[in-house]
Amino acid sequence: MSIYYLDLFSALGINVLLALSVYCPMVTGQLSIGNAGFMAIGAYMSAMLTVHLHMALFPALIAGGMVAGFIGLLVGFPALRLKGLFLAMATLGFGEIVRNFFMNFLEPLTGGAYGFRGIGSDPISVFWIWGWVVFFLIFLHFLSRSRLGLAMLATHDDETVSELMGINIVRLKIGAFGLGAFIAGVAGGLFAHYYLYIEPEFFNVWRSIYMVLFVIMGGMLTFWGGFMGAAFFTLLPEFTRVLHDWRGAFFGLVIIVLMIIRPSGILTREMFRWDYWRPSLKEAKP
Amino acid sequence: MFLQQLFNGIMLGSTYALIAISFTLLMGVLNMLNFAIGELFMLGAIFGLTFVNFGMSFYVAFPLAMICTGCTCLIIERVSFRPLRNAPPAIPLLSTMGFSILIGSTAENIWGSERSQFPQWIEPVDFHIGPVLISSTELIILAAAVVIMIGLDLFIQRTRIGRGMRAVAENIDTASILGVDSNLIIPAAFFASGALAGASGILFGLSFSIVSPFMGMAPGIKGIAAMIVGGMGNIRGAIVGGMLIGIIEVFSVGYLGATAKDFAVYGALFLALVIRPQGILGMLQTERERI
Repeated sequence: MSIYYLDLFSALGINVLLALSVYCPMVTGQLSIGNAGFMAIGAYMSAMLTVHLHMALFPALIAGGMVAGFIGLLVGFPALRLKGLFLAMATLGFGEIVRNFFMNFLEPLTGGAYGFRGIGSDPISVFWIWGWVVFFLIFLHFLSRSRLGLAMLATHDDETVSELMGINIVRLKIGAFGLGAFIAGVAGGLFAHYYLYIEPEFFNVWRSIYMVLFVIMGGMLTFWGGFMGAAFFTLLPEFTRVLHDWRGAFFGLVIIVLMIIRPSGILTREMFRWDYWRPSLKEAKP
Repeated sequence: MFLQQLFNGIMLGSTYALIAISFTLLMGVLNMLNFAIGELFMLGAIFGLTFVNFGMSFYVAFPLAMICTGCTCLIIERVSFRPLRNAPPAIPLLSTMGFSILIGSTAENIWGSERSQFPQWIEPVDFHIGPVLISSTELIILAAAVVIMIGLDLFIQRTRIGRGMRAVAENIDTASILGVDSNLIIPAAFFASGALAGASGILFGLSFSIVSPFMGMAPGIKGIAAMIVGGMGNIRGAIVGGMLIGIIEVFSVGYLGATAKDFAVYGALFLALVIRPQGILGMLQTERERI
């Protein structure tokens, strides 16, 4: 495999992880546009551990993820009071707070606005990234089959009813938010150790927006949707190189058009039912 | 020093207040967060500058630029609101983010990524009012912002279309049963919102002498913050929120240093949402008015 494809493949792996990090809160009905903040926390934390304390990569990644996850739990508590667009805007504010924190504080350790250079000497191999991707995909697969996964979907569909059914939605929603933050933190750590350079601008609003885009485009309620959306949007800019400067505009256009054609994403939950593809049922669909 | 800072804060705040109103019009009437407003803000300034460079007078160029951004907002209504009216709120939000990318990168391709500024408009005269130094340009910009705000408030409270907007905000189905033409009201709200965003972009470009394709993002997000701090979906709240965000920004730069600026603003946003999700003016309202 050439360097080019290797690079693309690694970027894809990190994007899949980021998509999964947004998927987790979203499956309980929470829209977060601040996951770049958790990613930044994981990236800076793990990079500080490996550079300044010479820690091995694996524990540093876990520690970065844990710190991000813990802060995610802390943010998840007040976020419980907010719904829909309000939550989206609160998380957007949180992401900007984190970015400004790394821009202005801890400069002796992280380089502040000048960027954090010299994280290791060689990029980690692509297997590191895809190892984590496979791990989280398997984890989410079993989670979605379990009672917990069903409870999460029920919470998304109707909070009041699921609460009446005896589901502890407070614990569930905070847990989902924290899990998403943990995944974002790990993805951030992998990002830092693959590109060997990070700066606060990498974790701006647009990074968070793209993560949400991956999930909503791919299909909101199945984790394969996040995978699909990340793949689509990582590869799209590569396949449209002929458009040169107009790639960005084309990208925006694709989003607008896709939202009209398939507002619930490319993959939907129904498509995973065994009888979805039978012709008789397809005709019966509204 | 203090009074000068306060005045500068109000100057900046008036821009944020206009953007916040532009968000509020759509949030209040239709519960839609139009993320492309930041880019419409940028587009207003760029259109204005282009028309002025064509040789038009300022008094023709600016209303024309506002009409252009208003029409762009009508396109957004057609494409990312009308077909998605029954989808969950995240879907129109994402569609407007698509518009934001589309408009931003198109503007960059057409006008280039360099900064430019408006030519000299009027002879600058400085007024000293006590310890406060105010330039004539600033005075005109502030006056324009205040006139726009009062005019819009009167429009919403007094005119037929404004009353229709309030009815649609209350309940869209009941409003249609009672004979409010929502196919007229909703585009009107979008047009007003777009024109307002364009106007605030022009005023921002005039007062800070910056016009560039990247000028929209930060004020756009601060406009959202101002809307939330002031109490979602209420024009007077948006004005208070905008002023507050502007004053917080200027004071944190003045007393805590430039690094604290965005930290303080977004901290205020997060705290406002966590402590008082209904906004500062939320308590003052006896019943929940939407716009």
